[in-house]
Amino acid sequence: MQDEPTPTELIKAVADFLRNEITPVIKGHNAFKLRVGINALDLVTRQLTLAEGSDAAEAGRLKELLGADGPLIELNRSLSDKISKGGVDLQTPGLAEHLWQTTMDKLAVDQPNYASYKRELGNK
Amino acid sequence: MIEEQLGRCVAAWYPGATGVTGAAKLSGGASQETWTFDVVHASGNFGAILRRAPPGYGASPGRAAGLDAEATLMQLAHDAGLPSPRVMHVLKPEDDLGTGFIMQRIEGETIARKILRDEQFAKARPILARQLGRVIAGIHGLPAEKQPKLREMSATKEIADLEREYRSFDWPRPVFELALRWLRERDPGPSKEVTLVHGDFRHGNLIIGPDGVRAVLDWELAHFGDPMEDLGWICVNSWRFGEIDKPVGGFGSREELFAGYEEAGRKADPDRVMFWEVMGTLRWGIMCCGMMQRFRKGPDHSMERAMIGRRSSETEIDLLRLLAPRGG
Repeated sequence: MQDEPTPTELIKAVADFLRNEITPVIKGHNAFKLRVGINALDLVTRQLTLAEGSDAAEAGRLKELLGADGPLIELNRSLSDKISKGGVDLQTPGLAEHLWQTTMDKLAVDQPNYASYKRELGNK
Repeated sequence: MIEEQLGRCVAAWYPGATGVTGAAKLSGGASQETWTFDVVHASGNFGAILRRAPPGYGASPGRAAGLDAEATLMQLAHDAGLPSPRVMHVLKPEDDLGTGFIMQRIEGETIARKILRDEQFAKARPILARQLGRVIAGIHGLPAEKQPKLREMSATKEIADLEREYRSFDWPRPVFELALRWLRERDPGPSKEVTLVHGDFRHGNLIIGPDGVRAVLDWELAHFGDPMEDLGWICVNSWRFGEIDKPVGGFGSREELFAGYEEAGRKADPDRVMFWEVMGTLRWGIMCCGMMQRFRKGPDHSMERAMIGRRSSETEIDLLRLLAPRGG
């Protein structure tokens, strides 16, 4: 077992340092790159915090939809194949809800400030 | 140095030019570069842009129209009275600058966030959608006999290209599958009318001033195809930069865009435009995935590329909003 602090705590500490101490003293193109870098660290923090729960829920929904079990990526391959071949579509009970929930969970990690995501959070 | 070469080049064809100053690279990958510089002239310096493939990079990749075609199209647009820079010189071998062209530099803004938020564009924003509709109509009406050779695309070909590229990533995306299936089922077939299509008509490729649109840039993806493609592409949510209730670039409505298009004597087909908006949304999503592939495999191991890969999910939510809206 690895000791504390956790990866989440470490990355958050680094991101906060870059944001609060380094950003004010960097100019020009490197300031842009620094912002991208901080965004990347924040994304990793969100993924470490959220992905375990959302992946488990996604796998649960996929098992139900497909009536099969397996690693998450294989379940997604199988669903993709079924959608492509017309075996399931938006009329299939649960499919639209599953795609929406999965996509919302991706946005929560990737781009929680994306305007479409914020609008849909309000719609739910 | 490039200033020395450019100075010699410009002096050879521009009467009274004695050299260039302030050359700076604006953007560039390995095969294509854009430079800004000022031509030194006794009656006053003026701004110019060099767009080139450096020596040793001849053929343009994949879908690109090629720099010679870009120069021809820009000049055609300029001659037709459309907002377009004047092409001043097409590079020759003796210029020793590679292939490409030199054009007039037009002052203004290309950065969407500034165009959508800065006070100086407040008067431009309400008129832009209609204005751009007229400009797109002008592009679609450029004289066919003067146009360069370009690839011809159709909805069917575009769907196949996108699908091939998506499959090459070997990473399952059920929402993209749904979009591909939706597109295949609604493929309108060959367009009744095939015209010149700009192919990348959106923020970033439009120079905007306080008075409105000043220039259309970057004809790299120009081709012949369904004219509704350009109208759909500029409505893709990725180019609204947060202003999601204003479908045209975050500043205007589809109705205004279509009104401008029809003022210029052409007819918009809203259903077909919507089809191309879905296609465009998927296309941008697949392009984001492509960036991530290039980050992983290519020499450009940059954070920016990697992070763009994480923006493909933005197009997934936008596709769901288009194809499976939840209401509310």
